Amino acid sequence: MTSRLFQFAAPQAFFPIAGKLIPWFAVLAGVLALAGLYVAFFIAPTDHQQGEAYRIIFIHVPAAWVSMFLYLVMAGWAGLGLALNTRLSGMMASAIAPTGAMFTFLALWSGALWGKPTWGTYWVWDARLTSELVLLFLYLGFMALKAAIPDPVRADRAGAILALLGVVNVPIIYFSVQWWNTLHQGASVSLTRAPSMAATMLLGMLLMAFAAWMYSFATAFSRVRAIILERERDAEWVRLQRAAA
Amino acid sequence: MKPRHQRMIAIAAGVALIAIAAALVLNAFQGNVVFFFSPSQVAAKEAPLDRTFRVGGMVEQGSLKRRADGLTVDFVVTDTAKTIPVVYSGILPDLFKEGKGVVAQGKLGPDGAFHASEVLAKHDENYMPPEAAHALSKAEADRAAKSVISPGGTR
Repeated sequence: MTSRLFQFAAPQAFFPIAGKLIPWFAVLAGVLALAGLYVAFFIAPTDHQQGEAYRIIFIHVPAAWVSMFLYLVMAGWAGLGLALNTRLSGMMASAIAPTGAMFTFLALWSGALWGKPTWGTYWVWDARLTSELVLLFLYLGFMALKAAIPDPVRADRAGAILALLGVVNVPIIYFSVQWWNTLHQGASVSLTRAPSMAATMLLGMLLMAFAAWMYSFATAFSRVRAIILERERDAEWVRLQRAAA
Repeated sequence: MKPRHQRMIAIAAGVALIAIAAALVLNAFQGNVVFFFSPSQVAAKEAPLDRTFRVGGMVEQGSLKRRADGLTVDFVVTDTAKTIPVVYSGILPDLFKEGKGVVAQGKLGPDGAFHASEVLAKHDENYMPPEAAHALSKAEADRAAKSVISPGGTR
């Protein structure tokens, strides 16, 4: 079983699988996003406190969730590469980083646009907002560090150490609203208790979160295919592929 | 033990060490990470009383008063244990309401009132349609009314 899983760790084996899966993930992302936006704008009720402004939640919360989740996945791949010296791991980490950075930026930006009408300010230096900004810098730092080292093996190793260093920030982001007084409100949805929001609001948010997740798969896979081709350009199978194309 | 197992252990140990270091640093900074102080903390002099700080809590019901100049407002921030009067002149955020969360930034004046330079609304994590919120507050009011009557023994 493990040996069969390890087969796909070879870039050569993973390349065609990723290629086949991309359209499925892309279609799923599109369908889920359409359904989510429909629920968000036409089915979910107005909020008793914030009126229509709360609807930014349908972008903001999925983006923030996925930004944290992708960091864990990225650091997981990077750590795996560091431990096992597998070639694909570092490439996967590199492929995930830009999507994670994009979602982090989206969470910060939509949060700022939400903060002005509700709190009365675009930005405050509270623990939640600051730690999410640190996450953006971690993503950008990871990408910059890898880009700065020409040798891919050394770049993977340096990037992996940075990614693993940054992992501590993810629980800090998540629990910041419980640990400290923050302007940001606590979690509406958690695994340990019933969500404190109307069912249709929750449905819209979950649909959007799954859409963001599928989108991440599609973009990360298409990016990793480009990285594989670039790094393995001298390999026999890539030459054959190029000759066939 | 294979080299890759050694590396795995080294990585796990490294991440654990970083986590412990981060926990210690955050614990040391505990007071500084806090975005606002509650009225109880201010009363206990835990807040930096001679400097600018933020105070957070609920706007006490019925405490909001607008002065004659039409711009300055007085209200009381409470955490249900202690209260602190706040003076602020400026535009209040839309969500600023009695009985709702608020975070004010400013300094404690010699008159014992908190002179705010910025007032932010802090909303909670509950999202529901207005009808549900209305039903909820009505049920709460009914319960409160009942608890006031029952000790009198009208039933």
